[in-house]
Amino acid sequence: MSEGIVYWLQQALNALQLGSIYALIALGYTMVYGILTMINFAHGDVFMVGAFFCFLAAVHLGLPFTPTLLLTLLGAALLGVLIERLAYKPLRHAPRVSAIITALGVGLFLENFTLALAPYPKNIPALLENVTWNLGGVSLSSLQVIIIALSLGLMFLLDYVVHRTPVGMAMRAISWDKTFVPLMGVPLDLIISVTFAIGAGLAGAAGVLYALAYPVIDPYMGIMVGWKAFISAVVGGIGNIRGAMIGAYILGAVEIMVTAFFPSTYRDFVAFSLLMLLIVIRPYGILGQPRTQKV
Amino acid sequence: MSALKNAWEQLLDQRWLLPVLVLIGFVLAFAIPEYNLLNKYIQLVLMYVGINIILTVSLNLVNGYMGEFSLAHAGFMAVGAYTAALLTQKVLPVAAYPGLFPLAVLAGGLAAALLGLVVAVPSFKVRGDYLAIITLAFLMIVKSVIENIDYIGGPRGIPGIKRLTTLPWVFFWTVASVWMIRNFVYSKYGRGVLSIREDEIASELMSVNTRRVKFLAFMLSSFCAGIAGALFAHLLQFISPRVFDIIKTTDVLIMVYLGGIASISGSILGATAYTVLLELLRPSTVAALLSWLPTLVFDPLNQYVIQHLGVWRMVIMPLLLVLVMLYWPRGIMGLREFRGFVPRRDREAHHRLKAHGGSHGAADSH
Repeated sequence: MSEGIVYWLQQALNALQLGSIYALIALGYTMVYGILTMINFAHGDVFMVGAFFCFLAAVHLGLPFTPTLLLTLLGAALLGVLIERLAYKPLRHAPRVSAIITALGVGLFLENFTLALAPYPKNIPALLENVTWNLGGVSLSSLQVIIIALSLGLMFLLDYVVHRTPVGMAMRAISWDKTFVPLMGVPLDLIISVTFAIGAGLAGAAGVLYALAYPVIDPYMGIMVGWKAFISAVVGGIGNIRGAMIGAYILGAVEIMVTAFFPSTYRDFVAFSLLMLLIVIRPYGILGQPRTQKV
Repeated sequence: MSALKNAWEQLLDQRWLLPVLVLIGFVLAFAIPEYNLLNKYIQLVLMYVGINIILTVSLNLVNGYMGEFSLAHAGFMAVGAYTAALLTQKVLPVAAYPGLFPLAVLAGGLAAALLGLVVAVPSFKVRGDYLAIITLAFLMIVKSVIENIDYIGGPRGIPGIKRLTTLPWVFFWTVASVWMIRNFVYSKYGRGVLSIREDEIASELMSVNTRRVKFLAFMLSSFCAGIAGALFAHLLQFISPRVFDIIKTTDVLIMVYLGGIASISGSILGATAYTVLLELLRPSTVAALLSWLPTLVFDPLNQYVIQHLGVWRMVIMPLLLVLVMLYWPRGIMGLREFRGFVPRRDREAHHRLKAHGGSHGAADSH
């Protein structure tokens, strides 16, 4: 293969890895928005707590990869449900901005609480044996394969759950109408909790995968990654699950390409300029539907 | 009791009340540093209170009165801070003429107001959550641009800024900002701002020039944020892009919603309460305040609680915000206003409404 193609393939692979992690987090944003039309600004910090759960399980409990992942998934899901029950549920009928502010507060609380308990960045041990293959000049590590495959698997699972199971049907129904669907016997609180559990669980899984790829974690790591995932959700059309996945891979590709051709400090600039431009041109995102406003 | 209340209301209705209070404030602002009436630390906290009041009142204009959700305030602050700091460091001979400092502050405010347009233009088409995202993107872009310009220090920032911010200047700019925003809110355009919050399309049908109103509101808000940034830079004496990140905006948001939306007096109270509370939670302050306790109680308390407050106070503050939102969603003064700030003509409407059994006045408009 020519050098140009190898280079592009290598970058595409990196983009796929970054996009996968963004996608897992973006799904949580978009699911919560779809059901509650609320931006859960604490979601990026659930991802961060997920990475710290991974650290606890791997270092303090000495667990191998699979139990660590499952434990983190469970812990993050529990955290998500807890946040929803304690902080968001009482505000369901309050002005929307109260919920947003509360979410910002919860996020800040998680950051500073983690900081108080773990003042120094932590190192995650290598949980998996990392083998690097060379495919015609393109280097492919087993870690990359696992990150991409696991994320894609989780995404397909989620897509199946949302579109093919009764729980998913209830979720879609509630995002359609919150007044009459509960009257048909759909348990509103339970479905909202399930949504938060799934979203937070995916963020927790993203935390583990991120910690494997970039093994130094700190309490503020969730801010930037969280915002990036949020951009992905908006680019794809917030509230739309498949849109979030597409948006995440687009953002991943854009970021990797920017760092490939420009100084890496331009990355955030390009990512956020893209977001701003997209919102002005197509505010409802790639797969979203424009909403009409009644007076 | 009711006689006392009447006398109080009479006092609030006096035309001379606010000018006299401002005058007293000015005298104090000059006297305190001159004669060292308060120690240096308290003077510093007072200056931060003033800067935070400017930030809070100006953000309340967009987030409270206009009902948008802007996250860009730290970005405007950064623009003001960098413009003013560059002027005092490289252009204006402030060492020889300290009187040029207000020019730098004004330039900082104007630069920020100019960038306010960048956010105002998308707001014509985009509303709600999406506008919030645009303001967030704007904040990140400002930060990223500053990080990439080496001439202004890049990610390292600008060290060694002269300490030109003094208590009288902070007081002056605070009064000026509050005065401007109060007059704007109660002007014809202010009515437009409120009508945009209630229903943008309907207000446009009622011949409100929503574009002009948004232009003015965003520019005034960012102008004040720029001024606050300029003062902040010349108080902290060091600025870097990290100082003006999303956490700074969150701080201001907390102050706005703690004080209550669409209320100038609420913003003043919210900014003061938050700033003072955060300072009171410092270990050294708590230790000093509790030092009257007997040693038997104080020593273990100091060892196990107070020494750790430095980290934990940053945990307490967001928790407080969440609790305020859950149990006190309107904040201290949400949608209400201190009578002294309401113009005379609106006060009478307020009275009439009350007489007719309306629970909210014209100033509440809700």
